Amino acid sequence: MSVFLEALAWLFSPERLGAGGIPQRIGEHLWFTLIAFALASAIAVPLGYLVGHTGRGREVAVAVAGAARALPSFGLILLLVMLVGVLQIGAAVTAALVILAIPSILAGAYAGIEAIDRRTIDAARAVGMTEWQVLTRVEIPLGLPLLLSGMRNGVLQIVATATLAGYVGLGGLGDDILQGIALRNYPQTLGGALLVVALALVLDGVFAVLERVAVPHGVRKRGGALPRSSSASRTPAASAAN
Amino acid sequence: MSIEFRGVRKAFPDGTVAVEDFSLVIPSRTTTVLLGSSGCGKTTLLRMVNRMVDPSAGTVLIDDEDVAAVDPVALRRRIGYVMQNSGLLPHRRVADNIATVPRLNGVAKDAARERALQLMDTVGLDRSLADRYPAQLSGGQQQRVGVARALAAEPNILLMDEPFGAVDPIVRAELQQELIRLRRELEKTVVFVTHDVDEAFLLGDQVVLLQRGGRIAQAGTPAEILANPASDFVADFVGAGRGRRSLRVEEIDGVLVVVDADGRPAGVLADEARTAPGSATRGNRAQ
Repeated sequence: MSVFLEALAWLFSPERLGAGGIPQRIGEHLWFTLIAFALASAIAVPLGYLVGHTGRGREVAVAVAGAARALPSFGLILLLVMLVGVLQIGAAVTAALVILAIPSILAGAYAGIEAIDRRTIDAARAVGMTEWQVLTRVEIPLGLPLLLSGMRNGVLQIVATATLAGYVGLGGLGDDILQGIALRNYPQTLGGALLVVALALVLDGVFAVLERVAVPHGVRKRGGALPRSSSASRTPAASAAN
Repeated sequence: MSIEFRGVRKAFPDGTVAVEDFSLVIPSRTTTVLLGSSGCGKTTLLRMVNRMVDPSAGTVLIDDEDVAAVDPVALRRRIGYVMQNSGLLPHRRVADNIATVPRLNGVAKDAARERALQLMDTVGLDRSLADRYPAQLSGGQQQRVGVARALAAEPNILLMDEPFGAVDPIVRAELQQELIRLRRELEKTVVFVTHDVDEAFLLGDQVVLLQRGGRIAQAGTPAEILANPASDFVADFVGAGRGRRSLRVEEIDGVLVVVDADGRPAGVLADEARTAPGSATRGNRAQ
């Protein structure tokens, strides 16, 4: 318990605010996370939509996503650092984080489309929507909650793995953890770890809220069914609140 | 608008032949029912009209124009389509669902909504439902929305794929009557797919009874099919063979009651039928 208290003491010590302090480390950590997440999404979302919309390449996507999930993150970072050379460690680490986040986001993107009732999509096409309109007006809005759920997994993967950036000297919260280990300063290690956990929880919470908000009106379910008869209810949310 | 199938065939990539060789003319402003059990190719044929399915061979013509030469999206926007589960977009309100095609065609939002509200009147939906979501409606109401959406682009052709298959019998009867009324008012060419003989005879000017592979077992008016079933298959399918549709008149307490083969009363003989001898024996299609 005393290590825990010391960790808290370390965390809240005024020294943690300066250069190399906690705000800077969190900033670095978030920065890595954001860049990796944006790149992973830029690759995985269009690809997932393509697979989901056309239904082609599904087996390949599943296999790739499954295999990539099994990749050991630490090994991947070290491998990439060796491959691209120590001069571009930043790029190597970012690439590793991107690769790790792609499977979840890809799976979320195509699963979101795949989970839509085929008859709904068939009807959209039958009334005269173009393929693009089917995608943007039906598949994307209805698939959004599952996409966000995939992004949530991806971002958690990144935020946890970004800790390893410290190992190759790029800062972030991993820096404190690894430094603590090296110096046998376990309160520092634990303090850094607690911060990573807190950051992960905050991001998870943000995505939980986004996921909830993204469920389109009309398909939102509370207690299994939408209200049917209340004439006062213009939106399901309004009447579900009572 | 007339529709013509000319030597149409459909083989799917997995080798199943849904339609072998089908030819049929559907006259303008009539209702043609494609009747058959599941797997007879009736839905495939229906979907060839709006190019949701492209035939492997043969042509489908609308007013003598080959639909294969028409852009499918443009074609679908001028053909109404109603399906069994209504196919509404769950994330859009009723009025927005109805206004889908006008909006796709660039009609302004307000005008499209006004049109949607009018159509709700047309199909017998209360305007207060306009801002509900499909999941908040009953099955019958959803089906009405589906019909309103199909009518929104003012199509001359209405394709209906077992539109009343998923609602309970009472609502179904109500919707059938509604369709008969709409058809009288709107004068559209309707192609209707069903496996229900009663529904086919009720709604069809022309009924096309299909066998596996889209082979026409018999095509004709309901009366013709009942009077002269072309084969045992037809007689069986429409129930004539089992005596289900052979009615006879019995006098009960001075009233002429029409009863079926099992002696269950089907109705009372109308006064004018009594004065026209022989008409009572023609079957239950006397109108």
